[in-house]
Amino acid sequence: MASSRKTILIVDDDTDYLFQLKFHVEKMGFDVVTAESQREAENILKNIKPDLAILDLMMENEDSGFILSYKLKRMYPDVPVIIATAVSAETGMSFGISSEQERQWIKADLYMEKGIRPDQLHREILKLLKV
Amino acid sequence: MEVIDILVVDDEPGIRSGVTRILRNFTVSYPFLEDDIGFNVIEAATGEEAIDIIKHSSPAVVLLDNKLPGIQGVEVLQFINENHPDILVMMITSYASLELAVRATNIGAYDFVPKPFTPQELKSSIENITKHYFLRRMTRKLHREGKQVRFQFLTVLSHELKAPLNAIEGYLKMMQEKQAGNDIDSYMDFIDRSLARIQSMRSLIMDLLDLTHIESGKRQRTLREIDLTLVARSAIETMTPLAIQRDVTLTLQTTDPVIMLADSDDMEILLNNLISNAVKYNKPGGWVNCSITKSGLEVKLIVSDSGIGIEPEDIPKLFQEFTRIKNPQSKNVTGSGLGLSIVKRVADLYGAKIDVQSEPGVGSTFTIVFPLPGSDTLNDGI
Repeated sequence: MASSRKTILIVDDDTDYLFQLKFHVEKMGFDVVTAESQREAENILKNIKPDLAILDLMMENEDSGFILSYKLKRMYPDVPVIIATAVSAETGMSFGISSEQERQWIKADLYMEKGIRPDQLHREILKLLKV
Repeated sequence: MEVIDILVVDDEPGIRSGVTRILRNFTVSYPFLEDDIGFNVIEAATGEEAIDIIKHSSPAVVLLDNKLPGIQGVEVLQFINENHPDILVMMITSYASLELAVRATNIGAYDFVPKPFTPQELKSSIENITKHYFLRRMTRKLHREGKQVRFQFLTVLSHELKAPLNAIEGYLKMMQEKQAGNDIDSYMDFIDRSLARIQSMRSLIMDLLDLTHIESGKRQRTLREIDLTLVARSAIETMTPLAIQRDVTLTLQTTDPVIMLADSDDMEILLNNLISNAVKYNKPGGWVNCSITKSGLEVKLIVSDSGIGIEPEDIPKLFQEFTRIKNPQSKNVTGSGLGLSIVKRVADLYGAKIDVQSEPGVGSTFTIVFPLPGSDTLNDGI
């Protein structure tokens, strides 16, 4: 069954968040590939097509997650993307995901608050993977 | 494609359906926008109905006939001006009442289109008003960004303060739920990582206190003749434990006391930041040298190191708040991202110039030149 395991790409510049998320997602039974920056993720995507990607919003730049999502969707339109952000809830700063226009441009499949519980995340992942 | 809502208010069903038909497949594009713009037409037969729709959803543009069965178009226009000034109004009017149209534009309508109109006339009017809509939106956005630098600092700061709390909370929850089993040893990694985050949060708070000192300093700063070499010596002593831990040699190169008029707290903050950076972004067996010299009407402070260096394209970003240059070499170095912006602020207060020379993999040299009083460049603010 090993070949049927799904691979999830997690990108976050906070190494602790990355560590924790990898821990949880691996426990759910997925293979995890991680990157700590938009640049690193772009290199990984050249060689690997993940089944799903979870991207942090603010990395090298405030909007690295958006840009990465855009590029990923252009390479692999069928790969679902979750954008994880702590920013909007904590600071009230919307970072431009509020308007319909930007949602259309960004084309992430889900916006997730970073405090989400692992079991909720698991449900969302299964929903997006349609399993 | 972005779609904007257009409300057409006219008691003639033919006009309404005509507008809907003309705009259904019409798109416009502007060089300053990446996406094409499409239109969604909403219809209202009376002014009352229009106001009701506007109350619930704000369309970007309203095409408004003046002659309506109940309240007149001008009254709808007034309602929009008073309650939704962002909505752009275009009056639809017959040639006979051009005078009214002019009056309407005087009281806030953006434009008018005389009827009967051809599809092309409507399209070009819509193209024009949409362009205005987006240009205005972009201008406002830029305006907000310019005005809200301080706000931005605080929001980024709260993010920087919450990130370590979230990380620590995450580890504690994993431990609470015994996610890695019952053996305490399985959690050592979590504990070490939590402690590291607490440490970096503490250094961020210290940097914030420094920033507060600098910002409030215009009132509280005490300028005295101080010996900069003594301040440097004390900064080096502070950094020595860290330098030993990292196997970096710290040296101070100076011969005589260098006396200048300054606040010793300011100078300590500046030197601590420069020297701690030089130690942190170094390599085992490396060195940091601090030299202070006085010549003529200036004091020159040089901190050079054998560290990891900075890529040329990253140098302009160095002094921005919360900028941390991320690369594999700097990945394990903790910092608040405020150090060099603090250095810059202190230097600015004293009218000092900062120069950075750096070669990746070889090292960096930060030179700060303070003008001395008499050279007439000392900042009046201090």
